[in-house]
Amino acid sequence: MPETGGRGRFLRPLLGPLLRPLLFLIPAGFLGLLFLYPLGSILAVSLFPGGDFDYAAFADILQRPALRGAAWFTLWQAVLSTLLTLAAAMPAAYVFARYDFPGKSLARAAITVPFVLPTVVVGSAFLALLGPSGALPVDLSRSIWAILAAHVFYNYAVVVRTVGGLWAHLDPRVEEAARVLGAGRLRTFWEVTLPRLRPAIAAAGAIVFLFTFTSFGVIIILGGLRYATIEVEIYRQTVSYLNLSVAAALAVLQLAAVSLILLLYARYQERGIRQQQLRPAEENSRRPRGPLEWGFLAANLGFAAVFLGGPLLILIERSVNTAEGYALTYYRSLGETGGTTLFAPPGEALRNSLLFGVTAMLIAVVIGVMAAVVVSYGRGPMARGFDMLLMLPLGTSAVTIGFGFLVAFDYPVDLRTSPVLIPLAHSLVAVPFVVRITAPVMRSIRAPLRESAAMLGAPPARVWREIDLPLITRSALVGAAFALAISLGEFGATAFIVRPDTPTLPIAIFRLLGQPGSLNFGRAMAMSTVLMVVTAGAILLVERLRVGNTGEF
Amino acid sequence: MTILEESDRTRSPGTTRHRGRGRERRRGHGKRIGRAGLLLIFVLLLLPLSLLSACGDGEEDAGDQAAVTAPAENGTEETEPTTQAADGDVGDENPENLVLMTHDSFALSEGTLTSFEEQTGIHVQVLQAGDAGAMLNQAILTKDNPLADVIFGVDNTFLSRALEADLFVPYESELLDAVPEDLRLDEKNRVTPIDFGYVSLNYDKSALGGPGQPPVPENLAELTAPEYRGMLVVENPATSSPGLAFLLATIAEFGEEGDYTWQDYWAELAANDLLVAGGWEEAYYSHFSAAGEGDRPLVVSYASSPAAEVIFAEQELEEAPTGVITDGSFRQIEFAGILSGTEKEQAARELIDFMLSLEFQEDIPLNMFVFPANENAELPPEFVQFAELPSEPLTLDIVDIEANREKWIEEWTGIVLD
Repeated sequence: MPETGGRGRFLRPLLGPLLRPLLFLIPAGFLGLLFLYPLGSILAVSLFPGGDFDYAAFADILQRPALRGAAWFTLWQAVLSTLLTLAAAMPAAYVFARYDFPGKSLARAAITVPFVLPTVVVGSAFLALLGPSGALPVDLSRSIWAILAAHVFYNYAVVVRTVGGLWAHLDPRVEEAARVLGAGRLRTFWEVTLPRLRPAIAAAGAIVFLFTFTSFGVIIILGGLRYATIEVEIYRQTVSYLNLSVAAALAVLQLAAVSLILLLYARYQERGIRQQQLRPAEENSRRPRGPLEWGFLAANLGFAAVFLGGPLLILIERSVNTAEGYALTYYRSLGETGGTTLFAPPGEALRNSLLFGVTAMLIAVVIGVMAAVVVSYGRGPMARGFDMLLMLPLGTSAVTIGFGFLVAFDYPVDLRTSPVLIPLAHSLVAVPFVVRITAPVMRSIRAPLRESAAMLGAPPARVWREIDLPLITRSALVGAAFALAISLGEFGATAFIVRPDTPTLPIAIFRLLGQPGSLNFGRAMAMSTVLMVVTAGAILLVERLRVGNTGEF
Repeated sequence: MTILEESDRTRSPGTTRHRGRGRERRRGHGKRIGRAGLLLIFVLLLLPLSLLSACGDGEEDAGDQAAVTAPAENGTEETEPTTQAADGDVGDENPENLVLMTHDSFALSEGTLTSFEEQTGIHVQVLQAGDAGAMLNQAILTKDNPLADVIFGVDNTFLSRALEADLFVPYESELLDAVPEDLRLDEKNRVTPIDFGYVSLNYDKSALGGPGQPPVPENLAELTAPEYRGMLVVENPATSSPGLAFLLATIAEFGEEGDYTWQDYWAELAANDLLVAGGWEEAYYSHFSAAGEGDRPLVVSYASSPAAEVIFAEQELEEAPTGVITDGSFRQIEFAGILSGTEKEQAARELIDFMLSLEFQEDIPLNMFVFPANENAELPPEFVQFAELPSEPLTLDIVDIEANREKWIEEWTGIVLD
C-alpha cells in the first residue's frame, strides 16, 4: 500500500531526528517500568518460590475442572458481552455522530457516568431492578442475563464514544453517493459505512472485550456461585486461600489468553486499515429531519435513558428518600464523621479524587497520544507488537499488578507506599483507552488530504496543525475524558495497593457501605450521587477544552 | 449528481503524484514541529513534579508524614526527627515515626493516635492494605523488606498462615494479664489479641417472633425447618470474611464426622431456599429485609450490628430494629504483631502496649464495632444495651482452619451450588 509508505515518511519530518525516538521510548519506558517490570517481579516471586519453577501450580490449575470451567466462562461471557454492547451502542454512536440535538454534550457526558460507579453500588441498583424482590417481575439475579446487562451498562459509552468519535468525522456524502447510485439503506451501511468504521469498531470491541474478560465485581455480586471468571479465581486464590503460586499460574493463563486474542485483533486491524476523508465533526452533523429520523433519535436516547438512567435514578432516589420523606438529610450529614476515622471527610475525598484523576488523565493523554502516533504511523512487526503490549494492562488482573508494584518498587527508592502509585496505576489502565480512541482517527487520516494541502502551498507544520491536529485533538479529548473517568472510578490495581490515608470518593462510598445503619446506606447513596455529578461535570469540562484554533467540534 | 461528483473529486487527487514535492516542503519546516515536540516532552517532565506536590498535599492533610522509608533501609532513629519537625510535633526530643499496617476497616476516634504521640513522642502512620486477606498477602510478600513496623488485623482464620510465614517478633506485653486466656492463641506471644467480634445471625424484628409470624430461631439447626424457607441470606465464604466465619461456625457446630455432618446441614439449608450473596454489603443492604429493600429476614452479620443500627439510625431509636441469634456465633479475634525486620522494636512494643491500654481499648467498640480484648475496658452504653455477647461462641483450632480452609470452601461450593 503506497499510503503506508506515505504515513511512515510523514512521521519522519514531524519531529527532529533526536526527538523522534522519544516518541517511542517514553511510552515504552512507561510500560516497561510500570507494567512489565512489576508483572515480571510478581510472577517470578510467585512461580519460583525458593528459586525453582513451580510446575505443580500449573499442573494444579489444569487438573481442576472448576478452573477449566472458569476459563471457558471467562471467554464466552466476554465475547457475548462485547457483541451485545456493540449491538446496543452502535445506533447511539450514529445518533451522536450525525445528529445535532439540544443537550447533546450533556447527554454524551451522562452516558459516561455508569463507567465510574463502583460495582457494589451498581450491583445494588441492579438487584433493586432484577433481584428477587426487585421492580421487575422476574428474578434475573444469579443469571447470566444480569451479568451481561451489567456489562452492557458499564461499556455502552466505550462503544458510543470510540465508534461515534470516528463516525463523526466521516464524510456522510460518501453514503449519500451510494444511496444516489441505488444502494438501499442496509446495503449502504453494510458495504460503505461498516468498512469505514472498522478500525473504531475493532478498537471499541477490543476494549470492551478486555474489560469484561477481567470482570470481577459484577460477577461476584450478580453471578452468584455458578459463575466465576479467571479474575475471580485469581482473587480467591490470593485473598481467600493465600495461594500465590496458583494465582500466578492463573495470571499467566489469563495473560496468554489475552495476548492471543490481541494478536488476532492486530491481524484483523491490519487488514482493515484504510485511509479516508475525515472532516471536522460539525460539518457532518445536522438536526434530524422528518419523523423517521426524529423517531430514531428518540428511540436511542430513550433506550439510554431507561437502560443507563434507570439504575442511576434508583441510586439518586435512594439518596433523597429518607425516613421523613424526600429530603437532603443524607447529603447534609455527609460531613459529619462523628469524630471517628471510620468515615472519610467528603471534601478530602473529593479533592483526592480530582487530584488523582487530573494527574492520571494528563499522564495517560501524553503517553497515550505519543504511543498512538507510534502505532498508527509506524509499521512492521515492531509497531504491531508495541500496539499489543500497550493493551495488555487492560487484560491483566488487578491483583497481579497491585502485588507486582509491591514487590518491584522497593529499590532504589521505596515507592511501595507512596500515593504517587495511585494515579500511575490509573494511567496504566487509561493509556490503552487513549491509544484505542486516537489511533483509529490517526490511521484514517487520508494522506491525499495532506498532500493536496501541501500542494496548495501549506507548509507541513501548518498541514499538521490545521488538518491532523484538530481531528486528533478531538479524539484525544474523548480519551482524556475516559482516563479521568477511569481514575475517578478507581479502576484497576488500586484496590491492591497499600496506601496511606488518602480517601477518594469510591473509598468513601465503600467505608459507608461497610457499616450497618440506615444513615450509612443513605449517605453511601448520596456520595455515589456526588461521584456521578462530579464525573459528568468533569467530563463536560474536559470536552470543552480547545487546543489552539481547532474550532468547534 | 453533484454529490457524487464532489465525493469523487475529494477521492481522486493522486496519491503518488505530489508526494515528492510535499516531502521536500515538510523537510524545510520540520523544525517548527520539532519545537512542538520539545514542548510535549517538557510537559511530560513537569508531570512527576506536579504529582509529587499533589501527593505532598494529600499527606499533609491526612496528618501523615512525608514519604515513608521502609524500616529495613537503615531508617535509624536519629534520622527521623526531621520529618517529625516538619509536622510540627510536640513531645519527645527524639520522636519516631512508626508505621502501622492494617486493613481497610481500621478506625479510631480522631484524637486517639495523637494522644499516643503526645505520651510517647511516637508518631503512628497508618497504612491501609485492603481487606484482611489482601493485607496478610502483602505482609508475606514484603517480609524481607517490610512495609511497616506493626501489623494489626490478622484474625484467627488467617493466624496460622501468618505464624507459618514467620512474620513476627515475639513480645509479651504486661497488659496481657488483663486479656482472657482463651483469646491468647499463640503461646509464644508472637501476636497479641487486641479485639474480638462475633459473626452471628441477625434477624428482622418486624418479620419474626411477632403474632402470626414464625418464632425467632434459637439455633443453627432450626434454620432448616420449613417455616424458615427462603428466609436466610449468607455470604459466599470464598469471597467474604463473615461468610467464611459462618461456614466455620457450622463446621464447629455439626462436625465432620457422625450421622449428621456440616455437609448434611448445608445440603438441607440449600434445599430450604438459601440465598448466597457475594459479600456482606450485598447480603445486608440488598437482601436483608430490615436494612433495605430485601425480602429475607435472616442474615449473617455481626453481634454488634444491632448497636450500629441504633447509632447510625436516621431518627433516634428506642430499640434496635434487628436482633442477634447468639447461638451458633463464630468468634473472630484480631491480633497485632511486631513485624520482624523493624528497626524500631522498642517503639513498636510501646504501640502494642498502647493498643492494649484502656484508652485504645475503650475506643475500639464505637469505631470498629468489635469488643475490646482487655477485660477492664468499659463498653459504651450502646454496646451494653444493644450488642449481645454470645455465651458460648464457636471456634475452631487455627491450625485446622489453615489446613482445611480451601477444601472446606470447595466442598461447600459443591453442596450449595444451585
